[in-house]
Amino acid sequence: MSAHESVIIPKKELPANIVKLGWALTVIGLVLVVLSYVTDAQRAGFNNIIGFTFLASVAVGAVFFIALEYIAGAVWSTPFRRVLEFLGMLLIPVVLLAIPIFMNFHDLYHWTHADVVANDKVLQSKSPYLNEQFFTIRFVIYIVIWSLFYFIFRHNSLKQDQDSDQKRTKKNIALAAAFIPLLAISISLFSIDWLMSLEPHWFSTMFGVYYFTGSILTALAVTTYFVVVLSEKGYFFKGINENHYYSFGALLFGLLSFWAYIAFSQFMLIWYANLPEENFWFIARWQNGWEYVSVAIVLLHFWIPYFMLVSRPSKMKPRTLKQSAAILIAAHFLDMYWLVMPTYSASPVLSYYELAFPVLSIGVIIVLFAMQAKKYNLVPVGDPKLQRGIDFTL
Amino acid sequence: MEKKLYSITAIYSYPNDIIRAAKTVRDAGYKKFDVHTPYPIHGLDGAMGLKETKLGFVTLAAAIVGAAGMISFASWVAVVDYPQVIGGKPYWSWPAFVPVTYEIAVLLAVLGTVGAMIAFFFKFPNISHPLHDTPYMKKVSADKFGVSIQADDEQFDEKKVRELLKSAGGEVEAVYYSEEFLTFKPQTFDPKFIVLLAGIALATSAGGYLYFNKVLYLPPFDWMMMQPKVNPQTMSEFYADGFGMRLPVAGTVARGFIPYPYALGAKADSVGKFLVNPLLPTKTTLDLGKKKYFTYCSPCHGNFGNGDSRMNGQFPNPPTLHSDKVRTWPDGAIFHTITVGQNVMPSYQYQISREERWAIVNYIRTLQRAYNAKESDLQ
Ligand code: HEC
Repeated sequence: MSAHESVIIPKKELPANIVKLGWALTVIGLVLVVLSYVTDAQRAGFNNIIGFTFLASVAVGAVFFIALEYIAGAVWSTPFRRVLEFLGMLLIPVVLLAIPIFMNFHDLYHWTHADVVANDKVLQSKSPYLNEQFFTIRFVIYIVIWSLFYFIFRHNSLKQDQDSDQKRTKKNIALAAAFIPLLAISISLFSIDWLMSLEPHWFSTMFGVYYFTGSILTALAVTTYFVVVLSEKGYFFKGINENHYYSFGALLFGLLSFWAYIAFSQFMLIWYANLPEENFWFIARWQNGWEYVSVAIVLLHFWIPYFMLVSRPSKMKPRTLKQSAAILIAAHFLDMYWLVMPTYSASPVLSYYELAFPVLSIGVIIVLFAMQAKKYNLVPVGDPKLQRGIDFTL
Repeated sequence: MEKKLYSITAIYSYPNDIIRAAKTVRDAGYKKFDVHTPYPIHGLDGAMGLKETKLGFVTLAAAIVGAAGMISFASWVAVVDYPQVIGGKPYWSWPAFVPVTYEIAVLLAVLGTVGAMIAFFFKFPNISHPLHDTPYMKKVSADKFGVSIQADDEQFDEKKVRELLKSAGGEVEAVYYSEEFLTFKPQTFDPKFIVLLAGIALATSAGGYLYFNKVLYLPPFDWMMMQPKVNPQTMSEFYADGFGMRLPVAGTVARGFIPYPYALGAKADSVGKFLVNPLLPTKTTLDLGKKKYFTYCSPCHGNFGNGDSRMNGQFPNPPTLHSDKVRTWPDGAIFHTITVGQNVMPSYQYQISREERWAIVNYIRTLQRAYNAKESDLQ
């Protein structure tokens, strides 16, 4: 038991080759993005929405887990909270990625055309909510809520590294209690605004929670991936063991099952009722090749990681964790693609347009992480729960 | 009676102490020992050197049995035993089976796990144990943590064990038991016991009945059922003739209802020529006709009007609708048959609207045409 050893926290820079890879991906991604916007702004715009909602998932999901740890008084995750705090920084690229979408708004969102709305009863009745001014105001509100809480959490946590002041934990707990309901509402509306309104006639009350679960699952997968890679390379404290890994595995497993539950419920209710105003959305995703994408999502987002993680020993194996996390990250990209692209094209398309934003997103995640890891401790050394978290056993 | 040594126990005050003690005992090589704590303690399994439990496999097996059983049962019911078209979907509409399959899998997994846990892992019905009712057990089920090393362990040596537990910082105490323990048989089916149980059951229900009904005088909860109004098929004290159900005032016509001029006995082929089909065989009317035909007629006449439905043999078999007779009938004759029925076939005028009846007629015409296609239809 390491109860008496003091925690040795390495404060090293990440390996140069990882940082280089991050920069390389970012630059390649940026070049591809510019190229896509120059050649086909509409297609680039749809892909922009994919990259944007993906990064928003990781960023907001990370802030969610920070808040969750505080409010649940979770102990095992304390040593890894800093990873989440670094990932929350992605809120900045999220805002940047929204700009080109706003610039091409009319090519992407059908309901922004006044003449279309004027001749469409359904869109008319939705227009008090779905109009450009209110849309923009809402986006600003979401970003303000998310970043306000994120930066206060982060500020308190980083300050605690120096003064080990327990009051900071208390403050964050109170903030977390206020944040979680706000987050639940804002992320649901966010997904309705940016994803569901691509098909403005369609509606599903399950959609908000669908995106919400996908988001926190993805944020957790990214965190798990970072934690496993970093600890394999010796960047975490010494005592990281299967108890910690098991907790990651169990949480991933639970969340991916919950995602499947939500995804299936959304599908089944629409399939069963078979109402034309709802079912066309799924029909479009079940023809002209989209059916393969749909099946791929079911496999990658659920069945494959489900069987990889179902047994207790496999939840403790870093390799399995890393692989299933990588699959889940890819699956979330595919999920966003599946939500967005049928609006653009009747059958699936794949070219450098579709690669630009995933490459850019991955690059940005690595670069932002590395930049912060250089500056701050990888472990919240001042947190009162840290030692208990390190000694955690199942 | 002679007392035998069951085990040497030691009491500790803190969770960390018990983990350390468990490790010490394990490292000293004892096999037959157990740890008792008032609540589950993280990390104790590892400290005691327990093997991974096999219970998970029971859960898995039960879940697989539940899922496989339920999906086959649902499929059999929906496809083989009682095939019914629901919402225009194929018989084997598997997404509809997913919720039950999932729930039965969870249910069986839970029941299987708890059942196996009680039956095999807790060694049910072992209701007596030498540690029961000892001061040791009282402490460890309140606020202390205890370890107990059994005397039948291979390397048990009382002095050494006492020293070991003491060195780990515990209050050591021996637990003895009498021979009775080994011969004790629970007397579950003792007649006196059964009579006692029956007596308790009788006394509580009789007491409850007397108290609520006769002492408190609570009426049974039937406020919904006993409303102060006349129910269908009941007597009325208000009306002189005593009928609760009243006839409409003479000459009343329901909204949208057009009285049918022909009587039940009228021959289909004779009145048929006076009725003119107002519907054209368009796609909409044929679709409507098909839907209504499937709902109202196919249970007896079969999906294609051959008289071969699954009711065949359980009800006077309906004739085929492809006979020369029905094919040469005017549309109105079929309409008349639907409206007033024919012998054992009941009337459908209250279930099926006029328009729908004509749509069914059109649909039957298409079925007949399909079965007796002319050369020219094939071109
Ligand atoms: C309860 C079972 C049942 C249902 C439901 C039913 N039928 Fe019939 N139908 C019969 C039987 C039995 C006969 C034969 C009656 C007799 O003995 O003449 C018959 C006779 C007929 C005939 C006359 C055939 C002939 O050769 O005399 C027609 C036409 C017909 N049915 C049409 C319909 C249509 C249209 C429907 C749907 C609205 C329908 N039936 C629903 C049982 C049924």
